[in-house]
Amino acid sequence: MRIVQALAAAVLSVLAASTVALAAEPKQGGIFRIYHRDSPGSASIHEAATYSINVPFMPVFNNLVIYKQDVAQNSLDSIVPDLAESWAWSGDKKTLTFKLRQGVKWHDGKPFTSADVKCTFDMLMGKSPQKFRQNPRKSWYDQVEDVTTNGDFEASFNLKRPQPSLLALLASGYTPVYPCHVSPAEMRTHPIGTGPFKFVEFKANESIKLTRNPDYFKKGLPHLDGIEFTIIPNRSTALLAFVAGKFDMTFPTEVSIPLLKDVKAQAPNAVCVVEPTNVSTNIIVNSSSAPFDNLDVRRAMALALDRKAFISIMFEGQADIGGTMLPAPGGLWSMPKEMLEAIPGYGPDIEANREAARKLMAKAGYGPDKHVQVKVSTRNIPVYRDPAVILIDQLKTIYVDAELDVVDTAQWFPKVARKDYVLGLNLTGNAVDDPDQSFYENYSCGSERNYTNYCNKDIEKLFDEQSVETDVNKRKKLVWEIDKKLQEDVARPIIFHIHAGTCWQPYVKGVTIMVNGSYNGYRYEDVWLDK
Amino acid sequence: MFAYIVRRLALMLVTLVGISVVVFFLLRVVPGNIVDILFDAAGFVDPADKANLERELGIDQPLALQYLHWIWGLLHGDLGYSYVSEKPALQEILPRIPITARLAGLALLFSASIGIPLGVISAVNQGSRLDYILRVVSLSGLSLPSFWLGLLILMASVSLFGNIPIFNPDPKTFGELFTTYCLPAMAVAFRSSALTMRITRSSMLEVLRQDYIRTARAKGASEASVNFNHALKNAILPVITVVGIEAAFLIGGLIVTETVFNIPGVARFLVEAIRWRDYPIVQNLVMFIAVVVVFANFTVDMLYAVFDPRIRYTD
Repeated sequence: MRIVQALAAAVLSVLAASTVALAAEPKQGGIFRIYHRDSPGSASIHEAATYSINVPFMPVFNNLVIYKQDVAQNSLDSIVPDLAESWAWSGDKKTLTFKLRQGVKWHDGKPFTSADVKCTFDMLMGKSPQKFRQNPRKSWYDQVEDVTTNGDFEASFNLKRPQPSLLALLASGYTPVYPCHVSPAEMRTHPIGTGPFKFVEFKANESIKLTRNPDYFKKGLPHLDGIEFTIIPNRSTALLAFVAGKFDMTFPTEVSIPLLKDVKAQAPNAVCVVEPTNVSTNIIVNSSSAPFDNLDVRRAMALALDRKAFISIMFEGQADIGGTMLPAPGGLWSMPKEMLEAIPGYGPDIEANREAARKLMAKAGYGPDKHVQVKVSTRNIPVYRDPAVILIDQLKTIYVDAELDVVDTAQWFPKVARKDYVLGLNLTGNAVDDPDQSFYENYSCGSERNYTNYCNKDIEKLFDEQSVETDVNKRKKLVWEIDKKLQEDVARPIIFHIHAGTCWQPYVKGVTIMVNGSYNGYRYEDVWLDK
Repeated sequence: MFAYIVRRLALMLVTLVGISVVVFFLLRVVPGNIVDILFDAAGFVDPADKANLERELGIDQPLALQYLHWIWGLLHGDLGYSYVSEKPALQEILPRIPITARLAGLALLFSASIGIPLGVISAVNQGSRLDYILRVVSLSGLSLPSFWLGLLILMASVSLFGNIPIFNPDPKTFGELFTTYCLPAMAVAFRSSALTMRITRSSMLEVLRQDYIRTARAKGASEASVNFNHALKNAILPVITVVGIEAAFLIGGLIVTETVFNIPGVARFLVEAIRWRDYPIVQNLVMFIAVVVVFANFTVDMLYAVFDPRIRYTD
C-alpha cells in the first residue's frame, strides 16, 4: 500500500512540476493593449523630451546596449548587449568600442551596419548635414570627440576625457540607433527600427499600432503579435476602461496613489505596483530677484519645508525624501540618511527648523509686521498645482504671503527659461540614474535647463571630478558631497521624489517597472499574455 | 426672396472673412508658438535650430503675409500642413468631421425629439403632478454638466454591465453603434433637450391662451388636433430659434463629451491643436465651425418662413 502511495505521490509531483513548467513557458501571440495618456508630438525618440514617446516607440528600436528589461534597478551591472555583441574600454578609458551584431535588418529590409551607429551619434552631436528638428540630449555627448567605424561591424566612441557614465547614457531608452537611410522627418511620422515590433500606424489623438517583427534578430522574441496604444487623455475614462478590461495595462507610472486604491477596489485581480519614477518635485528660486537674492531668505525657505506633510497629503506616505539624486533603495547615488538629515531643513524637528528660519527672516528684515509678498508660479496641472498649494501654506510660517500663479503648459517652459518668475514649483525627471545626467543638466553654469541661474565654479570642478572617476565607491562619495552642497546652497530645493503606480491584468506576464528611471523599460519583447 | 438669399449669402461671406481675421490674429496674440513649446520643453536650445524651424514652418514671416498665404491656400483647397503630425491639415481634419457630425446630428435629434413633445405634454398638463415632474427633470438637465453626466454613464456601464462605452472606430453590431454614438449624444442632448422643453412649454402656454385656440375647441376640434395642429404650429418659432442656437453651441458641449467618451472628433482635436499652437489645424477647424454656425443660422431663418407663412423675406 505504501509503495502505491509513494508511486502516486511521485506521479503527482512530476505532474505538478510539469504543470508549473508549462505555466512558466511564455505563450506566443495576442495583442497587448495599453492606454496612452496623451497624443505624442511625434514618433522620434531622439527628438523627445517626454516618456510619452518612449513608451510606444521604444519597442520599435534597439540600442547598442540596454538596461536588462527584467531587472528593475538600472545600473552599470544591469547593462546588456543589444545591437552590440560586446563592448570594451581602452586602457586610458577614453575609447569605448562596440562589436556589432551581423545579419540584423532594419524593418524595411536594409542591413544594419556600423555606418548607422556613426550616423545616429553624428546627428546627436550636431555633426551631420542631416539635423533633428530638436535635439534635447545633445549635451549627453559633450565629452565624445567623435564616433569612428572599423569595417561594417565595429564602432568606437572616442572621448575627450574618461566618462564611465557614457555606457549608462547609451543604455537609456532615449538612445536608440536610427537608420542612416531614413530622414529625421520620416522618423517623426513613420519610424523604422530594428526592434521587436514594427511600426504600423500612428493616428494623432486616436491610437498607435505596432506589429510583431518576424525577422527580429533575437530568436523566439517577441512573444506578442502586436501592441496597441489607445490614446485616452482623460484619466477617469482611461482607468474605468482598464477596470472594464478594455486594456491589459495602464500607462506606466501614471496611476496616482489615491486612484490606485480605486483601481484595486474595482479590479481586485489587477496586479499593481508603486515605484519611484526618478522625478523630483522641487522649488526653483530666481536668485536674482529680491528678496530671494538674499541667501538667508533662500535658506529660511528651505528650512520652512515640512516634506513629510507633502508626502502624506499627496502620496499617503508613499514617496521619498532626498537630495538631487534619487533616494535609496531605488536610487544608486543618494546620500546616507544621517548625512541627509544633517542638511538644514532635512532634520526631523520641523518646529525647530522653522524657528531657525524665522530668525533668518528677521535678520533679512522680515517678521510678523513685514511679510514678503510673492507669487509661486507653476504649471496648471495637478502634479504641479497641488504641491504648490501646500508650499504656499507652509511658507506662511515664515512670513511669506505667497499667491498661486498657474501657468498654461505651453507657457510654462518659455516662462521658466526666460527666468520670468520669483518662486516656481517644478518637476525634474531624470532619464538615467546617473549624476552626470542630473548635475550637468540642472546645475551646470551654462545649461539651458539650469532654470535657477545657479552657478558655482567650485562645484563645477567637482562635477568633472566625479564624472571621470572610474572607482564607483570613490565616485559615490564625491556625488554625496556635491549633492549636500547643492542642498545647502538652496540651488533648487528638492521637496520629494515621486512614486507612481502601474497596474496590469493578471494574465500579463513579463512586465518590469524600473525603479530608478521612467524612460528605459518599454521594449516589451519579453512580455506575454497568459490567456 | 431670391435677392434676399443672395444678400444673406454675401453677408455670410463678409462675416466669414471677419472671423478669419479675428481667428488668425487672436491665435498669434496668444503667447507662445509651436517652436517655443517644442524647444523650451526639450531644453538645450540652439537658437540657430530654433530659427531654422521657424523659417521651415513659415512663422518667421510678417503676419499679414502669413494671413494672405493662408487665405490663398484656403481658396485653392490647400489648408497647409499640421505642425505636429507634419501631415496635410485636410487629411487630419476630414476623417474627424463625420464623427463629430454624427454625434452633433444625433444630439440635436434627441434634443428636439425629446424636448418638444415633453414641452407640449408639460404645457397641456400645466400645474399637474406630471408637469412638476417634467419641470424638475428639465431643471436637472440644465443643471448637470454634460461631462459629469458622461462620467456617470461610463461608471454605471462599468459597474452594471462590466463594459465601457468608449469610442469604437469600427462598430459592427447595433449595440456597438448605439454605445459609440447614441450614449455620448444623449449625454450632450440631455441639457439641450431640457432647454428645448422649457422653451416649448412656455411658448405653448402663451399660445394655448389665445382666442383662436378657444375657437378651435369651440368648433369641436380634438385635443390632439388643438395641441399639435393649432397650438404647436404657432408655438414652434421660438423653439426653432433655440434649436438653431443650440446647434451653434453644440461644439462647446462636444469638446467635453468627446474627451470623456474618448471620441476622436473635431472638438477634442481642436483643443489638442490649441495646446500645441498648431496654427494650420486651429485656424482651419475654427473656420469650418464658423461656416457650420453661419449656415445653421441661415437655415433657421429660412425655416421661419416655412413654419410661419406670414413671414416673407423681401428686399
